[in-house]
Amino acid sequence: MSGGRRASWSFLTGAVLVSLFAIAALVSVIWTPHDVSGMNISARMKAPGGDYLLGTDHFGRDMLSMIMAGAQTSLAVAIIAVGIGMAAGVPLGLAAAANRGWLDELIMRANDLAFAFPALVIAILITAVFGPSAVNAIIAIGIFNIPVFARLTRGAALSLWTREFILAARVAGKGAVRISAEHILPNIANLLIVQGTIQFSLGVLAEAGLSYVGLGAQPPTPSWGRMLADSQTLVGLAPHLALVPGMAIILSVLGLNLLGDGLRDMLDPKLRVVRT
Amino acid sequence: MSVLAVQSLCVEAHGKPLLKDVSFTVGAGEIVAITGESGSGKSMTALSVMRLLPHRVEQTSGTILLDGQDLGALSERAMCQIRGGRIGMVFQEPMTALNPVQTIGDQVAETVWLHSGATRDQARARARDMLNRVGLNEDSFPLSRYPHELSGGQRQRVVIAMAIAERPALLIADEPTTALDVTTQLQILDLLKDLVSEFHMGLLIITHDLAVVASLADRLVVMRNGEVVESGATDEVLRMQTHPYTRALFEASRHQAYLPPIPEAESGKRLLEVRDVVRRYPLPKQGMFQPRRHHVAVDRVSFTVSKGERVGLVGESGCGKSTLTRAILGLEPVQAGDILIDGVQPDRARGRVQVVFQDPYGSFNPRHRVERLIAEPFHLLPSPPNRMQRSLQVAEALEAVGLPAAAAERYIHEFSGGQRQRIAIARALILRPELIVLDEAVSALDVSVRAKILDLLADLSARYHLAYLFISHDLSVVRSITDRVMVMKAGKIVEDGPTVRILDNPDHPYTRELLAAAPRLPNFSQGRRDTHAAESI
Amino acid sequence: MLRFLAQRVGSLIGSLLVASLVIFLVIEVVPGDPAAVMLGVNARPDTIAALRAELGLDGSAVSRYLSWVAGMLQGDFGVSYTYRTPVAEMIADRLWVSVPLALYALCLTVAIAIPAGLLAASRRGRMGDYGVIGVTQIGIAVPNFWFAMILILIFAINLRWFSAGGFPGWDEGIGAGLRALTLPAIALALPQAAILTRVMRSALVDVLGEDFMRTARAKGLSQSAAIWRHGLRNGLIPVLTIIGLQFAFLLAGGIIIEQVFALPGLGRLIFQAISQRDLIVVESVVMLLVFAVILTNFLVDLAYAVVDPRLRKHP
Repeated sequence: MSGGRRASWSFLTGAVLVSLFAIAALVSVIWTPHDVSGMNISARMKAPGGDYLLGTDHFGRDMLSMIMAGAQTSLAVAIIAVGIGMAAGVPLGLAAAANRGWLDELIMRANDLAFAFPALVIAILITAVFGPSAVNAIIAIGIFNIPVFARLTRGAALSLWTREFILAARVAGKGAVRISAEHILPNIANLLIVQGTIQFSLGVLAEAGLSYVGLGAQPPTPSWGRMLADSQTLVGLAPHLALVPGMAIILSVLGLNLLGDGLRDMLDPKLRVVRT
Repeated sequence: MSVLAVQSLCVEAHGKPLLKDVSFTVGAGEIVAITGESGSGKSMTALSVMRLLPHRVEQTSGTILLDGQDLGALSERAMCQIRGGRIGMVFQEPMTALNPVQTIGDQVAETVWLHSGATRDQARARARDMLNRVGLNEDSFPLSRYPHELSGGQRQRVVIAMAIAERPALLIADEPTTALDVTTQLQILDLLKDLVSEFHMGLLIITHDLAVVASLADRLVVMRNGEVVESGATDEVLRMQTHPYTRALFEASRHQAYLPPIPEAESGKRLLEVRDVVRRYPLPKQGMFQPRRHHVAVDRVSFTVSKGERVGLVGESGCGKSTLTRAILGLEPVQAGDILIDGVQPDRARGRVQVVFQDPYGSFNPRHRVERLIAEPFHLLPSPPNRMQRSLQVAEALEAVGLPAAAAERYIHEFSGGQRQRIAIARALILRPELIVLDEAVSALDVSVRAKILDLLADLSARYHLAYLFISHDLSVVRSITDRVMVMKAGKIVEDGPTVRILDNPDHPYTRELLAAAPRLPNFSQGRRDTHAAESI
Repeated sequence: MLRFLAQRVGSLIGSLLVASLVIFLVIEVVPGDPAAVMLGVNARPDTIAALRAELGLDGSAVSRYLSWVAGMLQGDFGVSYTYRTPVAEMIADRLWVSVPLALYALCLTVAIAIPAGLLAASRRGRMGDYGVIGVTQIGIAVPNFWFAMILILIFAINLRWFSAGGFPGWDEGIGAGLRALTLPAIALALPQAAILTRVMRSALVDVLGEDFMRTARAKGLSQSAAIWRHGLRNGLIPVLTIIGLQFAFLLAGGIIIEQVFALPGLGRLIFQAISQRDLIVVESVVMLLVFAVILTNFLVDLAYAVVDPRLRKHP
């Protein structure tokens, strides 16, 4: 039976963590405790506490402000990338499952091929051609998400197509498009939402990785990955330079994963979700 | 002394009782059957004896004695020695009961090796003997076979070989033939019977099928809602029927619906015409240059169904009846031949043919309310009714199948299996079709529910001038609800004629084989009201 | 079996061809002429033309694609625009770091995940299970390059057990080489091990619900013996897929970790090449990585057939 389950511990923790970061990202648009790019050489590498809640970096910039602004970049990149993956992948998966013939074959072959290009490799290719930017990161992670959703949708839809209520709809004269929209999609929505949160968390991780190696957001756009890259040589002197952005990544990804697990338990404990 | 003695067994899940004060015994060389409808606790009883109850289901009181030894007092380790050694068990679903990645030889040998400390070679030799004993001979079934290379009946034989390899004192069989065809069922039941007398072991068989019980068991335990309602020698229990529930169960099992005659005005007018229909599936190519081979599921089948006629289509699994059904519904293309409904193709006559499927749980989108589910076929109309008319017609259909109109507002998970089948019939009725295809429509239901649905169908056929195409593997159901029956084997219809004639006097050897294999409820007339069901199968 | 193999090899070759075409087309759309970029703004047109000829940049796209593929088949990846040395040689040097790193990390991943997954599944719903799930939940959330920095901070800077980076070369002995790869391999492996543990656990939990596990218990096997003798091999089937994907990920993810530890692997090569717009190197390394992914999937397919007899024969 769907629905009606109690919100679990993991759902609540995840929801709190995710809302925290979402609020930080939204607030940073209009207000941050200090100017994000305001350097203050006299207050370099200050440990957390006092005027600077999370300390300052090697240019004396306020870490908390940078984390808030970085959340904005991170969440925006991940959310758009998941959006691309769903917008392209779900219809492809539905079409493949509904058709079962050459179209299915073609879509699944293209999927296999897309799987051969990890997000990092796509990012490398795009950067080599167009130069590094946050948009490239979005495109790279988005392309990477397409086969994930296409495959998931196809698999779930295929098993629904053999169910008798779909046969009944066909006997009622409904076509493939209508059945996909009316019967298949609502019945796999839970699965897609749960997988969506997981891909979201992977997107946050991937964005951090890409900006860390310089393939993602470029200065002056604040980004958690680049904060880590900047801190690399200084980590021995001021560990908080690495710890603060690191914890931001871990807590946001953890929050999204917990939220996904919690949602799955609440919506349907039997959902099959793919993780890699 | 009895091999198995269950005394005052109580089992609970989350504080809810599943078994209440269950007691019975099984003697050596004796066959005892536990029977009852779903939810009666018969399978739970078997699992309690094995001490393999599911997670969070617990035995709260009672004792289980095996040859006088209290199983409840044994450690888990000692219990492992009992399972497979002293008690063997056979399950319902042979297709999934075997490990798919291990050979049948290794799986049977494992039981031997586990309990006797035999060497690998000795264990394999014993496994060979046991497989031979259950009818899987060396030439066709070497130890190196994998489960997926065997049929359901053959797999069930492997499971039996595994269960009896250590010559246990007690064999428990939980619905061992429910998933099998009748001819295979007969063979497996005969095998079990032979093994009981040969090994002088006790057999506890769990089955919902009274006919199987009647032909097999020495003693009978009838259960309902976790309680034993009656037990005793099979003959006596079935003859006396002292307990009202046993009587109800027995009556329902041989229930004959009253089938109103086809109205004169209708009879003989052709409704469905199937002419030389062929449905082939391509098989994977054996080699690049070899021609592609095909599996012929439906092989030049021809028949007609007249208006108002109720026709049965029987056959064992894989005979092509489901494929043929789908072709008639316009869900599958055919390679040759014609299917015509009043002269037009099925996909253009959709509103005139509707369907009821087997699975009461899978036939409905769980996210829609009953009104929307029943109204779905309105999609076929060029101008669907407005909301008011729609509600009225849904209410009328619900009332026709014996459900309150208020059911339209509810979701499907709020209904029982029998109620869902009524809703499925309401959906099939809503467009006032001329033909309803019933694809194993009562096979998943308990006998008492099944009897009521059959009555409903018989009644509706007259009220709405409906023709039925009733697909079933169960001959007794077909007898009750059809005027004419067709027998299908390997894609062909081998016999076609009036139901009474074919079931009483079959011409074709295959029909005879099917009838001979079907387990039969004995006829204890006893002056009790006995309609034309005397020859009931 | 032979037919199965032929089919798989066929699809392997097909995937490689299409992948190479995609990569070539993407690189094709690069704005600007690499020869002009390399020679700077003041170069004379005839010098640029000469360089174009030398780099093999003249001719139609079709002929360049064909000669690129033909070259790769013979182990010739062309000549680097920047260093004017054969790309194949540059890659071969770097592979001696990147491949051992990925394999090392894969071994660690499997060595951690299989027992941890088994433990969690067999103690399902109890403390051991919750412990493993909790740790993996955090493990999945940790970015490997950040974890690498923390490892350096603890084990190289504070404890001084390992060096903070660099690679002595295999000439210094296998021990020294492995030592230099240990921290990077751990950094790569732990987050992946967390993922694999969860996959392993859920695969086993699924198998535990199968009918044949109940048959195994009815035979007299204890719960743990039943998991070991019947559950593991069946549970391994989905796990294999993930291991295959992970090897590819470890090879690609190694690129980032190599940056953290300043290892002279493919990662360094490709980032240098991007900043110098040495597209032939980028193209070749990307092709190599994609080749590795496709080849791994091929091997996983073969492994399936070994584990699961149902795939060996066709009905």
